[in-house]
Amino acid sequence: MRSIIDVMDLSVEELDELIASAEDIIKDPDNYAEICRRKKLGTLFFEPSTRTRMSFEAAMYELGGHVISMSEAGSSSAAKGESVADTIKTVSNYVDIIAMRHPKEGAALVAARNASVPVINAGDGGHCHPTQTLADLLTIHREKGSFENLTIGLCGDLKFGRTVHSLCTAMSRYPGTKFVLISPEELKLPSYVKKGVLKNKGIPYTQTTNLEGSLKDLDILYMTRIQRERFFSEEEYLRLKDSYILTEDKMKLAPEKMIVMHPLPRVNEISVSVDDDPRACYFKQVLNGKYMRMALIIKLLKEAGRL
Amino acid sequence: MNIDSIQNGVVIDHISAGKGMELVRLLGLDTSDLSVAIIKNVHSEKLGKKDIIKVDADVPFNLDIIGFVDPEATVNVIRDGVLVEKKKLTRPKVLKGVIHCKNPRCITQVEQELTHEFRLTDDGYRCVYCEAKAG
Repeated sequence: MRSIIDVMDLSVEELDELIASAEDIIKDPDNYAEICRRKKLGTLFFEPSTRTRMSFEAAMYELGGHVISMSEAGSSSAAKGESVADTIKTVSNYVDIIAMRHPKEGAALVAARNASVPVINAGDGGHCHPTQTLADLLTIHREKGSFENLTIGLCGDLKFGRTVHSLCTAMSRYPGTKFVLISPEELKLPSYVKKGVLKNKGIPYTQTTNLEGSLKDLDILYMTRIQRERFFSEEEYLRLKDSYILTEDKMKLAPEKMIVMHPLPRVNEISVSVDDDPRACYFKQVLNGKYMRMALIIKLLKEAGRL
Repeated sequence: MNIDSIQNGVVIDHISAGKGMELVRLLGLDTSDLSVAIIKNVHSEKLGKKDIIKVDADVPFNLDIIGFVDPEATVNVIRDGVLVEKKKLTRPKVLKGVIHCKNPRCITQVEQELTHEFRLTDDGYRCVYCEAKAG
């Protein structure tokens, strides 16, 4: 049974196919309005989430399907001590496909190994969040026209930010990609990503703590939130949380065609005044995420012989 | 130092000095009833120093464990005092139920009876669930 745990579970060809499918959905949504009729998506969110859960649910509704949701983890079987494996084996009997978020890293793999329907990882702790990367890729493709020869600035929490790690890995498969890694010393990209992905594939990158000085070279600026929940110490979080704030003034230093992305939610790392700048693409990312989830649901249901 | 040669059993030889005790522990020999001789820091032409484990019983061992601890070690099976088999080792691509993931955020820390599993990557063994490095 095919499940998607990591964006790297998809080949470059499959990513192209998903992007083409999402573009077709955008062009002609009526063609897809009944495609998942009488199919059910189970959304199992063991930790709070607003946008990802709603995006999956909206995606399934727009495909003509139904959604069954687990109520909050606190009142579910998980609170009674049921394992992920048992929960998934049970829920597999009710639905055609599952989207799951869980605070523990690797929970999605446990789910996939025990499910009799496809599982989509909707985030497993700080590990993977493949559909966010799919949203990022569709946004880059739509805004830049291709994935080739792009200089991408990654800014903020590059240590714990799972979307950054996934985006690095996904974009390293395209020719001409360069990265500018902008972060405080304490939140630098981990060496296993630098060594395992960038150096291994010969991807050029520079590291800096200076956002302003980097802007002029970028095609894409990918901002991230300093995530309170990933810190063991509140003191450390408070010291680093305001490291980078993108403002209208800083945007004046950026190229006219540079786009600004952010996986959201933001706290204060992008000033609200930047939202009106035509280069701000983070709310487009949200919409693109829904289309890519629609494309992925269709693909996995077809592969499972359920469509 | 003399250790009697064994008649029927297994000799794990050419273990890098210092890794013998870890191997004893991972093979469960420290808690078994078998007669086991652990010889540490023996002079070796090839390695300088080495550890040797002799087990006085012809029992099957999980070669993946030995290959994980030291793929250069040799496993010699002795029957009636004669060497009948010399087993070659490789680093196993997948290691199940041998070592534990120490990442507190990993699902293996909470999921009931989930076997810890590691995959050999370019920079050593990593947990298949959370990708944390072993060790």
